[in-house]
Amino acid sequence: MATLALRDITKSFGATHVLHGVSLDVAEGEMIVIVGASGCGKSTLLRIVAGLETETSGAVVIGGQDVTGLEPADRDVAMVFQNYALYPHMSVFGNMAYGLKIRGLPKPEIERRVGEAARLLGIEALLERRPRQLSGGQRQRVAMGRAIVREPKLFLFDEPLSNLDAKLRVQMRAEIRRLQKRLGVTSLFVTHDQVEAMTLGDRLVVMHQGHAAQIATPMEIWAKPADTYVAGFIGSPAMNFIPATLGHGGHVATLAGGLALPMPGRMGTDGQGVTIGIRPEHLRPGMGGLEAVVELVEPLGSEAVLHARLADGSPLTARLPGILHGEGRLGLVLPLESLHIFDAASGRRLESAG
Amino acid sequence: MRKVHFKGVALPYLLLLPQLVITGLFFFWPAGQAVWQSFLREDAFGLSSEFIGFENFADVLSDPSWLEAAGRTLVFSASVAALALGAALFLAVQADKQIRGADTYKTLLIWPYAVAPALAAVLWLFMFHPNIGIFGRMLNAAGIAWDYKLDGDQAMLLIILASAWKQVSYNFIFFLAGLQSIPKSVLEAAAIDGARPLRRFWTVTFPLLSPTAFFLLVVNLVYAFFDTFGVIHSLTQGGPGKSTETLIYRVYTDGVMNLNLGSSAAQSVILMILVIGLTIVQFRYVERKVHY
Repeated sequence: MATLALRDITKSFGATHVLHGVSLDVAEGEMIVIVGASGCGKSTLLRIVAGLETETSGAVVIGGQDVTGLEPADRDVAMVFQNYALYPHMSVFGNMAYGLKIRGLPKPEIERRVGEAARLLGIEALLERRPRQLSGGQRQRVAMGRAIVREPKLFLFDEPLSNLDAKLRVQMRAEIRRLQKRLGVTSLFVTHDQVEAMTLGDRLVVMHQGHAAQIATPMEIWAKPADTYVAGFIGSPAMNFIPATLGHGGHVATLAGGLALPMPGRMGTDGQGVTIGIRPEHLRPGMGGLEAVVELVEPLGSEAVLHARLADGSPLTARLPGILHGEGRLGLVLPLESLHIFDAASGRRLESAG
Repeated sequence: MRKVHFKGVALPYLLLLPQLVITGLFFFWPAGQAVWQSFLREDAFGLSSEFIGFENFADVLSDPSWLEAAGRTLVFSASVAALALGAALFLAVQADKQIRGADTYKTLLIWPYAVAPALAAVLWLFMFHPNIGIFGRMLNAAGIAWDYKLDGDQAMLLIILASAWKQVSYNFIFFLAGLQSIPKSVLEAAAIDGARPLRRFWTVTFPLLSPTAFFLLVVNLVYAFFDTFGVIHSLTQGGPGKSTETLIYRVYTDGVMNLNLGSSAAQSVILMILVIGLTIVQFRYVERKVHY
């Protein structure tokens, strides 16, 4: 168990800049999920923490000790890989015991720790098997076990669930969270799946093009996304964005269709372009709002997702309770308390200035 | 693999025919003749022959000089295989690292495979001939009495070196492919588990390469047994004395030089059985053990 601190990490592969200065402080026992689309640098960041990649600049501090430049072996971290990376020529026991043998632990201690981890993960019956004789979920458990027995300062997870089928993924997700809470080991978890991120993390790091776009708790990110990227990335279906212009001293935003929305305060200067964000589940049917034409209805049981278009042709998604929704014209109201206002130029969230 | 079903039997046989003709003409016919000849005794002029059963085999197997040659062949083959495998593995591990010019390096390492055995021998002759070879002269200048034409051990060393050098390329290609098929993440997992590079190599890389290594061991032994005739013939002709006469070279000396065709044929048959044995071992092992 330890704290982790990243200080302004940058990474370039030749002329390609992958990370542009990422800083992060992780408390003891905290589970941090790094989430982002592919190519955002999230895996590279994790590999830098592990010592598998060398940062171009910046520092990695684990448990108060600066480990920048140290070999992976000297960092006392454990990692669960996307493809599990089990040693194919060793039994499950051998896989879990490998790191302990290298550390020169006495045999009874190794057997005790492996046995304990195997019990915890429900793989005691598999200890003599080879990895190729295991199913995906079992391999996943062995990979977890290999990390647990080491009792490391830090757990690193590199998209460990993405090779599992949907049902198993949900099950393992919960299991990982339970285990992590029980063992209390500080963890970094990389994923591209926002549901995984929301459910697993104490805090999330939303990565975008080599930057940490926002670092906050899942609910904070959902309720107050820092920019349009985060807003569009977290939440399903994705948030709707509608361009608007500020007027009346920055107190009113006027949509392209003429609809004027009062703002909670002064959001900027007159004539400033803003982007109004509204989550599909916050739109309500009713008059006096937007006029949309519903093109497709996706019933989900207790609710339905409506894909519609506004008069100017821009798409709009709504998630409405109930099942009786037809295609055709529909009026939708924008509840003012659910609006997110972003600067059109920078994409940053705007807060009222009184 | 996808199975294709032909209608009738004519087409499949027609398609197999070229291969069958080549195998029949260049392997089964001469091999059959060798087997037949191994049961005959022929006079030196080839005018008469008589059937003598297994007498040729009994003679060969009880001939102390043949047994000596067999022992020599064992030493030679084991040395060639060990040297060629060791060097190739080392080079492949180096080439597998991310280094500048890796492609050039790999290409250059593959070249010796394209050199004919006799030419390889000549190359080594130019290097180690006591009078005209660069290293031969250097050794002598340094006070080491180097002359493989007089010293049997030096002659053996030279044909081992030349034969192994020729085989390194082949092994290199297989080892490199083997190394590249080991997932990087497995080695990374070992690194995070605390294994230093040398330990990673012996506990992860090498065990995962062992099927490749075993396959190559058999191939190398077969090579050292049979394909080194050209190297030996060009460098030492089995000499000085009999110090570099391996079994395959002896087949040639007894058959072509001494015209003892019966004995020579019996020796070939023994070698043939040896190789068939090695191949069977390989197939059984490979089929059982390779798939991780």
